[in-house]
Amino acid sequence: MPLFEAVRLALGMIRAQKLKSFFSLVGAFVGVTFLIAVVSIVNGMDRYMKEDFAGKLFGVNTFTVVYRPRVQIGDMSLEERRALRRRPRLTEDDYDAVRERLADRAIIAAESQNRVMVYYGGRRSRNVTAQGVSETFFRIRSIDIAQGRAFTGQEVERGANVAVIGQDVAKRFFAEVDPLGRWIRVANFQFRVVGVAASQGNVFGESLDKFVIAPYTSQMAKLVNPHNIVDFITVKAASLPEMRALMTEAEALMRTRRHLRPGQPNNFHLETADDVLDFWAKIAKVLYMALPMLVGISLVVGGIVIMNIMLMAVAERTREIGIRKALGARRRDILRQFLVEAATLSTAGALLGIGTGMAMAKAVEALSPLPASISPWSIGVGILLGVGVGVVFGVYPASRASRLDPIAALRFE
Amino acid sequence: MTDVIIKTLGLTREYAMGAEVVRALRGVDLEIASNDYVAIMGPSGSGKSTIMNLIGCLDTPTAGQYWLNGVEVSKMTDDELARVRNQEIGFVFQTFNLLPRATALHNVELPLVYAGIPAKARRERAKAALASCGLADRMDHKPNELSGGQRQRVAIARALVTEPSIILADEPTGNLDSTTSEEIMKVLAELHETRGQTIIMVTHEHDIAAHAHRVVTLHDGLVSSDSRGAKAA
Repeated sequence: MPLFEAVRLALGMIRAQKLKSFFSLVGAFVGVTFLIAVVSIVNGMDRYMKEDFAGKLFGVNTFTVVYRPRVQIGDMSLEERRALRRRPRLTEDDYDAVRERLADRAIIAAESQNRVMVYYGGRRSRNVTAQGVSETFFRIRSIDIAQGRAFTGQEVERGANVAVIGQDVAKRFFAEVDPLGRWIRVANFQFRVVGVAASQGNVFGESLDKFVIAPYTSQMAKLVNPHNIVDFITVKAASLPEMRALMTEAEALMRTRRHLRPGQPNNFHLETADDVLDFWAKIAKVLYMALPMLVGISLVVGGIVIMNIMLMAVAERTREIGIRKALGARRRDILRQFLVEAATLSTAGALLGIGTGMAMAKAVEALSPLPASISPWSIGVGILLGVGVGVVFGVYPASRASRLDPIAALRFE
Repeated sequence: MTDVIIKTLGLTREYAMGAEVVRALRGVDLEIASNDYVAIMGPSGSGKSTIMNLIGCLDTPTAGQYWLNGVEVSKMTDDELARVRNQEIGFVFQTFNLLPRATALHNVELPLVYAGIPAKARRERAKAALASCGLADRMDHKPNELSGGQRQRVAIARALVTEPSIILADEPTGNLDSTTSEEIMKVLAELHETRGQTIIMVTHEHDIAAHAHRVVTLHDGLVSSDSRGAKAA
């Protein structure tokens, strides 16, 4: 019997027994749905991390000097953790030194931050990111000013209590009035609003617009860090090779400032987007390793269901098998008929799973900040798995059917 | 002298029933000529079903030999037997044995599917076979939409469609009333007359057996009588 004939027969059988068929393809359906949805989401995250996240948080061709890494890869002993915490912090003098050395080739900014409470006119806003920065910060982070202006170098030198606020803060306090020139209270200190930043969007649903930015030399310094300490010294180069060169130079400079002998490890850290991407790659790897298990379990369960249904079908259709054999069906004809039936069932499940998985990925994309990107290979794998499960778990029932004795089968009631 | 289409020599079939061995056939020598119309009779347990299964290549003998069309089939493998059943034998069963979910046309096409005939040719041959059994207007009906007589006609059309050497009818009227039985016997007689089709029929009813030209009676696994009936040529 030709293959397409067998497929037609199998489809007819599925149509004739809709409910039973549906139950038997649930396993393959769930497995493939998992596969498509998870791969799409992980894939989307991957693209997001590489294209958006790293750029937004770190900026292009930008590296940051920190006293210890912000993202940590791998396990670390308590001892190592303590050692990291004991490292000396970066200082304003470090910033001045780096700026002095690299200012002709790069934009350099100092940055410190904390979470604070902000008040205006009887209202308050908690958990606002307070940032004490140099005026170069706006250029490095490409923060556009929607209203008013950014603060200037002179204001930073003077330590003026002026602030640029984010969209969220502006909306909360100044929905009906012009924020420019108003005095807000950040923790215990008064700042005059000189500008409102354009929206920065969000990362993983967390708004990036809830901030107050003031000169690191203003009273903001008292809110974010101990005296003279800065969190980050950020350096933005013109190009990637330039950035690498500047990193070497900054490293050498910092080592000299910290009096490190050759062979002694750095007690500070130069961070780039790669650090975060490495961290993400590690998470993605774990997800991809867990995926085959999830998919595998549902496919095995689905396969066993299909095997059971097919064994039932063989028992129910013993007489049909007898008739077919009497009319000249060989073992392999019967084998093929039941194999194709099992494979058609599981493939139908897989196709439904692909559809549902894609819909789920789209739904996640629409309802959450996570992007989704459907990868063609996962669809191919889904179809292959569908066919494969049917064939593997169909072999036993089909071979039982093919070995039935025609006389006994014909007499079967 | 007519061609011998079936020849058996010492055909023996034993079944193990637990510790006991049941000897259903105990060395049957039988020759059936091409174009003959033979009834095999006998009480239940006489071995007539067993010989039917052996002649129909659904079973293989414990001992003895069987030639169909000059080819020894007693030592064939399962798949070879399947091919012989497909090409040489057309079955008509007491319980019709049609596929319930398939139309009359599709049922008749079935042996041609296993013969590897392309779909279009299959359809035409099946239509012709159904028409020759008087079912031209019932092709798209499923078995449960047909009367018993019509179902048996579909089965006969299915037996015919591969143009087999023999038609093997196992109690073909066993599930039919007497009027319908006569109708079916008429169809078989017509086949025999117009096509010269060899027909072997197992029955326990004498008036049905009377339609045949030769009656072979089995008793205890052996041929007890072999006679040419009134209609014998």
